[in-house]
Amino acid sequence: MGFGRMLRKEDVRFVRGKGTFVDDVHVPGMLHGAILRSPHAHARIRSIDISAAEAHPRVKAVITGAFLETMNLAWMPTLSQDVQAVLATDKVRFQGQEVAFVVAEDRYSARDALELIDVDYEPLAPVIDARQALAPGAPVIRDDLAGKADNHIFDWEAGDEAATSQVFATADVVVSQDMLYPRVHPASIETCGTIASLDPVTGKLTVWSTSQAPHAHRVLYAIVTGLPEQKIQIISPDIGGGFGGKVGIYPGYVLAVVGSIITGKPVKWVEDRSENLMSTAFARDYHMHGEIAATRDGKILGLRVDVLADHGAFNGTAQPTKFPAGFFHIFTGSYDLQAAHCKVTGVYTNKAPGGVAYACSFRVTEAVYLVERMVDILAAELGVDPAELRMKNLLRPEQFPYTSPTGWEYDSGNYPRALDLAMEIAGYADLRREQAEKRERGELMGIGISFFTEGVGAGPRKHMDILGLGMADGCDLRVHPTGKAVLRISCQSQGQGHETTFAQIVAQETGIPPEDVEVVHGDTDATPFGLGTYGSRSTPVSGAAAAVASRRVRDKARIIAAASLECSADDLEWEQGRWYVKGDHENGRTIQEIAFLSHSDLDLPEGVEGHLDASTVYSPPNLTYPFGAYVCVVDVDPGTGQVKVRRFIAVDDCGPRINPMIVEGQVHGGLADGVGMALMQVMAFDEVGNHLGGSFMDYLLPTSMECPSWETGQTVTPSPHHPLGVKGVGESATVGSPPAIVNAVMDALAPYGVRHADMPLTPAQVWLAMQGRPARTDLAFT
Amino acid sequence: MQVAMTVNGDEVTADIEPRLLLVHFIRENLRLTGTHWGCDTSNCGSCVVWMDAEPVKSCTVLAVMASGHAIRTVEDLEVDGVLDPVQQGFINEHGLQCGFCTPGMMLTARALLDRTPDPDEAQIREAISGQLCRCTGYENIVRSIRWAAEHPTAEAAPA
Repeated sequence: MGFGRMLRKEDVRFVRGKGTFVDDVHVPGMLHGAILRSPHAHARIRSIDISAAEAHPRVKAVITGAFLETMNLAWMPTLSQDVQAVLATDKVRFQGQEVAFVVAEDRYSARDALELIDVDYEPLAPVIDARQALAPGAPVIRDDLAGKADNHIFDWEAGDEAATSQVFATADVVVSQDMLYPRVHPASIETCGTIASLDPVTGKLTVWSTSQAPHAHRVLYAIVTGLPEQKIQIISPDIGGGFGGKVGIYPGYVLAVVGSIITGKPVKWVEDRSENLMSTAFARDYHMHGEIAATRDGKILGLRVDVLADHGAFNGTAQPTKFPAGFFHIFTGSYDLQAAHCKVTGVYTNKAPGGVAYACSFRVTEAVYLVERMVDILAAELGVDPAELRMKNLLRPEQFPYTSPTGWEYDSGNYPRALDLAMEIAGYADLRREQAEKRERGELMGIGISFFTEGVGAGPRKHMDILGLGMADGCDLRVHPTGKAVLRISCQSQGQGHETTFAQIVAQETGIPPEDVEVVHGDTDATPFGLGTYGSRSTPVSGAAAAVASRRVRDKARIIAAASLECSADDLEWEQGRWYVKGDHENGRTIQEIAFLSHSDLDLPEGVEGHLDASTVYSPPNLTYPFGAYVCVVDVDPGTGQVKVRRFIAVDDCGPRINPMIVEGQVHGGLADGVGMALMQVMAFDEVGNHLGGSFMDYLLPTSMECPSWETGQTVTPSPHHPLGVKGVGESATVGSPPAIVNAVMDALAPYGVRHADMPLTPAQVWLAMQGRPARTDLAFT
Repeated sequence: MQVAMTVNGDEVTADIEPRLLLVHFIRENLRLTGTHWGCDTSNCGSCVVWMDAEPVKSCTVLAVMASGHAIRTVEDLEVDGVLDPVQQGFINEHGLQCGFCTPGMMLTARALLDRTPDPDEAQIREAISGQLCRCTGYENIVRSIRWAAEHPTAEAAPA
């Protein structure tokens, strides 16, 4: 009835080709926008001549930064207390930055008109190498900020520096390693886009948008346009994948709004793939220096990390306000350490803004990669099996709830059980035997392990906010007279199956069949306020809200049933979908009957109102902490450096699974991400700031050929604080898989004495590593 | 330029620019939005349609090139409201999440099964290797196509 494998309610429209993605929406009178983008990474704008573009017969408007300045809209706030140019005014600060906006009658004419705009640039020296961003004399990128004389954004730290130093000073073994988590991009198959329509008569602004957070967007639009929220409707229809790339507000969205204001017509702007890759929220780009301290017999004592964070030209990361480095300080991972400390320095470079995206769980991907690589490097240093080293140091079940050295309170976990299961499914001992035999013949086979703990489900509203908006989610449940129900949720699906899983939550708690529960999401006019879907927060936060609202409906139904049965509410017992009199099982009322009774003329007790509905705002008391154990088997061709992922075993624990089919699907998708990030994807730049990953010819995404058939398993450790015990899982596999694959490749290359090589481990990079000179992958390399 | 083609069995004529891509002709002129557009280098495959029963990437076909040919889009897979086994397979085996790559994947699957009614996993993976999915990790797409191979008549199995 409630939890369990259930086919998805939303599928029928998609398989029939009747999904409604933003670009499918056609509004009568709609015009089309196109953006002119900078070819330079860093340049002063001397002049812009739009006269020829304006003269194009099908062009309705051409907007530049100078025009936006008259509306005080040339700059907009980012989600990280910075400002970002909507259209460049003084300078361009990254290749691909927005410089002008054309509104025309059709998509192709808008593009034609871009070529008629003449921009006179004076190129400036760019800052491309993040490691040079703070060098004396480095060009200052953000001279738009009063008094800014360098490229420094923030310094942040967590943990106990003194205690950590002490641990390191006295440890038997200290191992250090530099590693880069390269700049990558979520690259959902649907790009970003918007249709903005300001009705000149009613003054209402309707915005169809690829948004993972419609309510948060509405607040931002209200601030930027001066329109009150009730005059703004954000509609996120079907979204073709988000993965964090559709959390922020992009200049194109604001330009579409401005275009609509100027022309009095709806304006659609949808970016093409190059624009998507070059200008929307990238992810990662953390240059990390990790150190791990241990005893001679393999007890890990401490972990220390220095991070240089490349944030691009504007600080546009989307993360809770108090956490400029996100949740990176969960880098102590799944291990029992005495002390840890991290420092993160954020810098500007002449690249697109972003950093927090692509299923990173607010930088947990970076943290897990760091610790899991350090553990493997330590294992190699000590000559110990990496599985054995992990097992020796994993937190024990009796240590939960566990407060980490950097202040996280892990809610629950049984780590050894998950690792045991993964190794059993993998046949670990057999794999090591096979590897030993292959090594004798000079064949390169590698086995890599990754054990991760995530913190997801942001978050407690007193600690976590985005731009001051606390990260609590509202939820409304209404049961109609005939017993059918509508659940209105604030989070927004981009493929996670919320129309099904949230109906299952209501079914589980009220007994109303999931087919009878309509889940409404994505329209700010029709849903309660909440912070949206990212960071695996939907089930931990909105799912909890749905459970609480459902329980309130069930409790109210009890009172109404008692009134109808003329007994006390205490005399009733619940079986799924029905309240009945204790000891008289036949005498009861179904939830459907109660729904009708609640709307009827039934005499209700003092203080009890009619109808059958409930609302709640859920602020989680803590994050939830899903975890997993992954094992990867690779074969490496010693001649070409090509890596083949032969097997991937993933054991995940996200607490109870509302719909095991959907959970497994989420894991599969994230595992493919790992193959891409570990072996294929990168956004590198050349010395003048040309973006070298601007199309799918260069930015390689995994296909069915690079992915093995995934082998999955599960353990179930409920969260003690979540009403359903569930933990969230959307990003787990993306977090846990890259280190498993990199660990496997390094293991394969052990005979060559390779300790580390940065992702992506392309054939060229693997070959270079075998020669003892792995490349820097953030800069141009072949 | 004048074009005349059949789309899902219907005669279509239009006067269009020579440079208009077939994907845009289908989506905007014909308002068949089940076919999607996801990249500019012919890599993603969300634009796959059939041209004369052969899967093609409609982003790399000019609409004028389709003149005189038969185009089939995802909307044509169902017959009188009854889903094709491929469509049912994608539902039954959770072969879609966001649904954006799905129409292209299903049309390629249908073409594969018409030629190779009982493909093994390697054949399936190769058939869809020119198309990208970011949600599913391909596993359930393979299972969905296998389901369709095992249930070739358009009677839905119990959900």
